[in-house]
Amino acid sequence: MRFETAPAPHVVAGFTVPRVMFLVLLALIPVAIAHVIVLGPGLALQFAVAATVALGCEAAALALRRRPAGPALRDGSVLVTAALLALCLPPLLPWWLTALGTAVAVLLGKHVYGGLGYNPFNPAMVGYAVLLISFPVAMTRWPLTGVELDWPTLAQLTVHSFYSGAPPPDLSWDTWTGATALDALRTGLRQRLTMQEIRAGAPFGALGAAGFVSINLAALAGGLFLLRRGIVRWQIPAAVLAGIALPAALGHALDPGSHPGAVFHLFSGATMLGAFFIATDPVSAASSDRGRLIYGAGIGILTWIIRRWGSYPDGVAFAVLLMNLAVPLIDRYTIPRIYGQSRD
Amino acid sequence: MNPEPLALVGGAIVLALVLGSTLGWAATRMPHSVDGLVERINALLPQTQCGQCLYPGCRPYAAAIARGEADFDRCPPGGAATAQAIARLLDRPTRAPDPRYGATKPRQVAWIDEPRCIGCARCLPVCPVDAIVGAPRLMHTVIAAQCTGCELCIAPCPVDCIELRAVAAAPAARATPSPAGH
Amino acid sequence: MAPNRKFALGLVLDGRKQSAMQQPIAAAPAPAQAFVLLDQGDGRRGTPSVRVGERVRLGAAIAQADDESGAALHAPVAGRVRSVGRHESSPDAGPGIVIDNDGSDERDPQCEPCPEADSLPPEEFIERIRRGGIVGLGGALFPTAAKLAHGRAGSITHLVVNGAECEPWICCDDALMRESAGEIVRGAQLMLRACGAAKCTIAIEDDKPEAGAALTAALAAAGDTRLSLAVLPAVYPAGAERQLLTAVTGLEVPQRAWPPEIGLLCQNVGTAAAVARLVRTGEPLIRRIVTVTGSGVARPGNLEARIGTPIADLIDAVGGYAGAPRRLWSGGSMTGRALPDDAWPLTSAMNCIVAATDADLRAPVHAEQPCIRCGDCARVCPAGLLPQELHRAVRSRDDVLLERFGLADCIECGCCDYVCPSAIPLVERFRQERVALRERASEAARASQARLHFEHRERRVSELEASRRREFEDARRRACDDFPNEG
Repeated sequence: MRFETAPAPHVVAGFTVPRVMFLVLLALIPVAIAHVIVLGPGLALQFAVAATVALGCEAAALALRRRPAGPALRDGSVLVTAALLALCLPPLLPWWLTALGTAVAVLLGKHVYGGLGYNPFNPAMVGYAVLLISFPVAMTRWPLTGVELDWPTLAQLTVHSFYSGAPPPDLSWDTWTGATALDALRTGLRQRLTMQEIRAGAPFGALGAAGFVSINLAALAGGLFLLRRGIVRWQIPAAVLAGIALPAALGHALDPGSHPGAVFHLFSGATMLGAFFIATDPVSAASSDRGRLIYGAGIGILTWIIRRWGSYPDGVAFAVLLMNLAVPLIDRYTIPRIYGQSRD
Repeated sequence: MNPEPLALVGGAIVLALVLGSTLGWAATRMPHSVDGLVERINALLPQTQCGQCLYPGCRPYAAAIARGEADFDRCPPGGAATAQAIARLLDRPTRAPDPRYGATKPRQVAWIDEPRCIGCARCLPVCPVDAIVGAPRLMHTVIAAQCTGCELCIAPCPVDCIELRAVAAAPAARATPSPAGH
Repeated sequence: MAPNRKFALGLVLDGRKQSAMQQPIAAAPAPAQAFVLLDQGDGRRGTPSVRVGERVRLGAAIAQADDESGAALHAPVAGRVRSVGRHESSPDAGPGIVIDNDGSDERDPQCEPCPEADSLPPEEFIERIRRGGIVGLGGALFPTAAKLAHGRAGSITHLVVNGAECEPWICCDDALMRESAGEIVRGAQLMLRACGAAKCTIAIEDDKPEAGAALTAALAAAGDTRLSLAVLPAVYPAGAERQLLTAVTGLEVPQRAWPPEIGLLCQNVGTAAAVARLVRTGEPLIRRIVTVTGSGVARPGNLEARIGTPIADLIDAVGGYAGAPRRLWSGGSMTGRALPDDAWPLTSAMNCIVAATDADLRAPVHAEQPCIRCGDCARVCPAGLLPQELHRAVRSRDDVLLERFGLADCIECGCCDYVCPSAIPLVERFRQERVALRERASEAARASQARLHFEHRERRVSELEASRRREFEDARRRACDDFPNEG
C-alpha cells in the first residue's frame, strides 16, 4: 500500500497570523469605547476612512508587486495599522488627511520595504509622523477635555470638520477645542509656570490628564488581556512603562515644580496604547528578550525626553521610530547564548 | 537682517567642508590594502588552478580582478556561485560566467588508465597542485583527493591515457546529534 | 514522583501514547522474508559479506561496517540469501540483503552467551558488543561499542541511560521499562563497567509512573549504589541527548564537542537491554521493540519484532489497517520520517510506526506567509537559537550569519515549526541548509588544500629556476675567467 509523504512535523499548533490580529483588534475595543466617550464619535469616522484606504492601498500595492492579494488582505494586519492610526489621530481630522496618512503608512511604511514582515518602521507611526510634521495645526486640534461636553454638538462639530475641515458656521474652534494636558504642560513649562499653576488648568483632572486617564486605563486593560493570552510578552510593555515612569519620578523628586511625576505620564497621551500596542509590533521590534527590554526602555526614555524638552506634546511616535532605527544594532549585540556556547 | 538663518547656513557649510575634507584625506592618504582585497577574492575562487581564465593560476586572476584588469566572469569551475560571490564582495551587479572561457562542469577528477600509461612523465610537471605521483619509466597515478579537475594534464599525454571522471558529492559528515530518545 | 530538575524550554505536547499501552508487548511473528537494509543513516553503509544463495543461520554476520562509525549487521532469520541490492517491492528503501525464512530459527553457533562478562577486561567486553552489532536504539544508530570505547579513551564519570521518550506516539521504551526493568538495570551495570564511569542515572519523564515504579523496584533488587533514577518533567524534547544530559547533570556540552569530552555518556534504555540480552543469550542485535500505532491501525500496541520485517507484516500483527490512513511514518509526530510504502522493512533505527489518518494530522491552516518576527519560535527552541534570524540567514545564504546564529547547533526537533503562526517549514529549510553548509565547508576545505599545494609548487618551481640561473651564471663566469680574450 502506498502513502503520501510529507516532511515532519506532522502536527502543528494551529496558531495563525489572522488570529493574532483578531485578538489585537479585540483588545482595542475598550480603548475605542473610552475614546468615543471622552473625545466624541470622531473615532468611528476616522477608522472607517483609515480601514477603507488601508485595504485599498494594500490591494493596489500587492497588485503592483504581482503578489496574491487574498492571503495578505485576509490576515488583518493592515486593519490593525488602520486602527492604531485612527486611535492616534485627532477625531476632528478632515477625511483627506486621514486618507493621506493611511496611504503613507501602508505604502511608504510597509510595502516599499517588502510588505508584511519586512518593514523596519512601525507603519502606523510613519503615517502619524508624516501627518504631524506636515499639518501641525490640524493634527493638534483636539476636542476640549476636562469639561462637560454637549455630546450632540460635539458630534455635529466632528462630522462637519471631518467632511470639510472647518467648523460648522454656528460653532467655533475656540469654544470646542483646546489644549490637551500634554499640550498645556508643554506651553506652561515654556512660560515658566509652576506645576501647581499648570495643573490648575482645564485639561487636568484629579490624577492627571482629564479624559485621557480613562483612555489609558482602557488601553491598559486591553494590553493586559493580550499579555494574558500570550500575544505580547511582558518585556516591551514593562520596559516602556519603566522607561517613562523612572525618569518622571526622578524628575518629580528632584524638581516637583517642573516635573509632573510618574502617574501623570503613565496615564496621559498615548502611553499605554504605545506600550502595549504600538511598541509591541513584532516586525519592527528587537528579536531577543534582552533586546526587547533595551528597545522598550529606549522608547520610554525618549518619550519622556520629548515630552519634557521637545517641541511636540507627545513623544511616543517619534520615540518608536527612533528606536526602530536602533533595532539592528540592538539585535547585533543581544544575541542570546546558544546551548553549549562558552559564556565569554 | 535676521542673523539666525545666516548663522545656521554658514555653520552648515563650514561643517560640510570640514567633514568632507577629512573624509577625502582618509580616502586617499590612509592605506587601503589592495593585498587584502586580492586575498579576499582569492578565497572565493575554487583553486582549480586550471588557467581557463587566461591567468596562470587563481591568485594571479584574483590580483587582476582587484586591479580592475579582468572581469570576474571568467571562472568556469567556480560557476555562477563564484561570480555571484565576487560580485557581492565588490558591490557590483552579478554576471553569469562567460562561456567563451569554458563550460562549467560538475566536479571531476583525473584518472590514469594504468595499463596504457607509458611512464613518460610529461604530465607530472604540468599539474598545478602536484596531484600526480610517478617518475620516468615508473607508473603514474593521480591522487584523487588532491586533483582539482583542471584538465591541464590531458593535453601533454602522448597516449591519451588520462580521462576525467565525475565525482559524486561526499556524504555529509555528522554534525549535532538527532533529537528525542537517543 | 517529584521532578528534580526544571526543563526550561520546549513544548508540552499531547502524548497520544495511551492507546498503545493497553496491552503488554506482543511478539510479532518472524517474517517470511527479511529485508535488512544496509544504510545506517548519515552516509554510513554496511558492506555485505554474504553471497546470493548462501545459507545463513540466525544471528550470523551478514554485513561488515565500512568504518568505526558503522556497525555489523546480522541475520534476523535463518534461511537462504535471496538477493543483495535494491528490492523491487520497496525500491526507495535502498540496497539491502533479503533472506528467505526457512522457519528453523537455527542459531549460529558463534552466538554464545557471555557468563563471564563481569570479569572480562572492559576492552574485550566492548569488542563483544561491537561484534554483536549493538547500536543506539534511540534512533541515530551510533555503534554502542564505539561510544563506550570513545568513553574509555577519555574519562567518563557519569553514564546516563535515556528513558525519557518525550515525543508523541512513541512508547516502546515505556513498555520495555515496565516489563524488563531488570534487564535494563543489568545492561546499565555492564555498560558502567565497560566505560569506567563511577555512577549511572536512569532518566525518565513524569508521565511514566508505572515505568518509574518498575525501575525503582529493579534498582532496589539490584542493590547497586552506583545507579539511581531521575524523573524529569514531561516536556518535548527532554529526551534529546544534550538537553537530557544538562537536565540530569547540570553540565552543558560545549558547542562542537561531544559528551565524553566533559565526562558524560548517554545510552538509550533499549540499548542497555540489548547489551544485557547479548550477554545473557549471545544474541546479536536482530530484534527490537517497536510501537505500531495511529488511528489507522485496529489495535495499537508495542511489538517485539525482528529487524527486516516488512512494515505491512507489523501492521497485520496489530490487527491491520483501520479507517483510511493517509500517511505512514517512522518515529514520532514531531520528527517522524514519512515512508512511501509499507513494504519498507523495519530497521534498528525505527522505534515507532504510525499509520496516521486525518485525525492524527494537523497541517498548517494556510500556506506559508512571511515571518512576522513574533519570536514564538525563539521562546520554545531547546538549543537557545533564534529561528527567525536563522530563517533570514538561510534565505540570504549568508554563511557568516548562519555561523553567528548557530545553524550547526539546531537539533531539528520541530518545536519552532510547531508554533510558527506564519506556517513556515523551518525544520525543512534548516535541514537542507545544513547539508548545503557542510558541502560548502568541505568545498572550501578542498579549495584551501589545493591553494596550499599550488603555492608550494610555485615556490619549488621558482627556486629551481633561480638555482639553474645561478649555475648558468657561475658557468659563464668561469668560462670568461678561463678564456679572458673571448666574449
